[in-house]
Amino acid sequence: MTGFIIRRLGEAIIVVLGVTLITFALLHLLPGSLARDIIGNKASPQEIAAFNKANGLNTPVWNQYWLFLDKLLHGNLGYSFQYNRTVDSLLASELPRDIVLGGLSLIFALAIAIPIGVAQAVRRNGALDYAGTGVSFVLYSMPQYAIALLLIQLLAISFHVFPAEAPQSASAIGMLEHPAGLVLPVASLTLVTYALFSRYMRSSAIDTLAQDYIRTARAKGLPERLVLTRHLLRNSLIAVVTLVGLSIPTVITGTLIIEQVFNYPGAGLEYFNAALRNDYEVMLGITVLVGVVTVLGNLLADIGYAILDPRIRY
Amino acid sequence: MAMESFTPAKVDVEVQAEGGDVHASGSPWRLVGRTFVQNRLAIVGVVIVVVVILFSFIGPLLYHTDQFNPNLIATNMSPSGGHPLGTDQSGFDILGRLMEGGKSSIEVGLAVGIIASVFGLLYGAVSGFFGGAVDAVMMRVVDIGLAVPVVFLFIFMAQVYKPTLGLLIVLLVLVSWLIPARLVRGETLSLRTREYVQAVRVMGGRSGRIIARHIIPNTIGTIVVTVTFQIANAILILAVLQYLGFGLPATTPTWGSMLSDGTTYLQDGYWWEVYPALLTIVITVVAFNFIGDALQDAFDVRLQER
Repeated sequence: MTGFIIRRLGEAIIVVLGVTLITFALLHLLPGSLARDIIGNKASPQEIAAFNKANGLNTPVWNQYWLFLDKLLHGNLGYSFQYNRTVDSLLASELPRDIVLGGLSLIFALAIAIPIGVAQAVRRNGALDYAGTGVSFVLYSMPQYAIALLLIQLLAISFHVFPAEAPQSASAIGMLEHPAGLVLPVASLTLVTYALFSRYMRSSAIDTLAQDYIRTARAKGLPERLVLTRHLLRNSLIAVVTLVGLSIPTVITGTLIIEQVFNYPGAGLEYFNAALRNDYEVMLGITVLVGVVTVLGNLLADIGYAILDPRIRY
Repeated sequence: MAMESFTPAKVDVEVQAEGGDVHASGSPWRLVGRTFVQNRLAIVGVVIVVVVILFSFIGPLLYHTDQFNPNLIATNMSPSGGHPLGTDQSGFDILGRLMEGGKSSIEVGLAVGIIASVFGLLYGAVSGFFGGAVDAVMMRVVDIGLAVPVVFLFIFMAQVYKPTLGLLIVLLVLVSWLIPARLVRGETLSLRTREYVQAVRVMGGRSGRIIARHIIPNTIGTIVVTVTFQIANAILILAVLQYLGFGLPATTPTWGSMLSDGTTYLQDGYWWEVYPALLTIVITVVAFNFIGDALQDAFDVRLQER
């Protein structure tokens, strides 16, 4: 077990380094020069040289990558020259609000996917199974924003039940104080995440149903209700760990799109706005962060799975 | 889905008899074909894809519209005889624009699905076949690629380099070959221990020959399935990028950009500028997913029967 965790950790570190290398390369390959972008077109050669020297841009590429890594290791994700703020300070206010959106959606998606997946597996090829598969197929085949658009059309335009814009509070607590405005963004992201979960949950429950211990439980006369709750549901929950780990890229990408649709103040919207004003350091800082979170999610899912299911030995 | 073909209860006598025939005929491809054809959703998928392709490529020959010059006296018109699906905010006919938009979506989807899967196939086969350090390095590259957030990367690239159809295809291929590579590598790991591979080795067959003649043909099922899923994915990513405004320029109509433009008028009730495009995207992607799902089941059957 320890050997597996160490090996897996080593792989994760290599992958994170790879992600930083790619982002560094993208930043480095940008056309034009940082100095010209920041101190302007009228800057004299001396000024540009001074700027390059101050920011380490006159050193060899590998040294610049080292400086970039060093900054990242100290938790410095970059600097927005357009806002004159660090990317960290931009994100500090946004990440808690992202956690509200992503976290709530993840919880709701699991709360829907687990019972429906189990029910579909138990009544396989029944009406509910076909309906569930149909819904998840359509959701899966929709661009993420389309789900949001349909909800807006239905609940904000046709029937004025919920507002079409997210609350614009400064803090995560403030967002939670306006639940009406949160409904549509959270519902949209929940459906996006559910589309990913439902198929997996159903097949994992079907696999569990075919196990010997289910047959044993039934054979010894355990009521079907107890077979389902004690044996099927409990073992299907192991799949949840994998699901949460694997869904991180979808939830984050979904967050970017949902935030854009609902003008939800979060890192996704920040990324989008940074793109519109060509604020490359902000974009790459957020990209690195998303990459690291993805790797961490996969790592934790793998380790959690190995701990929860002792049969798994690597 | 194709689960119908698995459950004995649902299979009627006639179909069971056909199953018996397949055993006798023995051709794995015929079995795949037959299982696929038995899946009604797969047939629906194929029909939809054919209709969408005809609609996009033959449609404009039969239904002539001007998709280049805006017509500012006929903007936002609701559906009528002259414009069956109305016009958009620049006066372009929506039906004709759906056809034009279909071209780019289908071209990008097919190109990305095929190129990415073929590259992933070769990469995964080599990685899995050699194993050890080669495999470890090659698979870390795949892991790194999978950790880079796709849509974020695309927005960055689109903002730095003005996107063209070619650039979008290259970028989509760069992010799409990873999953096929990983799948094929997994299969190759088990294939290389098979007796027939060992036998070729003992006879002195070179690695290249083993990969080309014995590994790749046996992973063809996986590849055919991923091609269809990759096409569906590419169409979806393209639609998302266009919607966010980071895709092909406005002169190239796409379903995603139509949807993006139409959304502005959602409040005004111009439904014809939103829902036809949305429906086309969803139906096309669902169709490719149906086909992929059915192929997956069909190849599963082949593996079981062998």
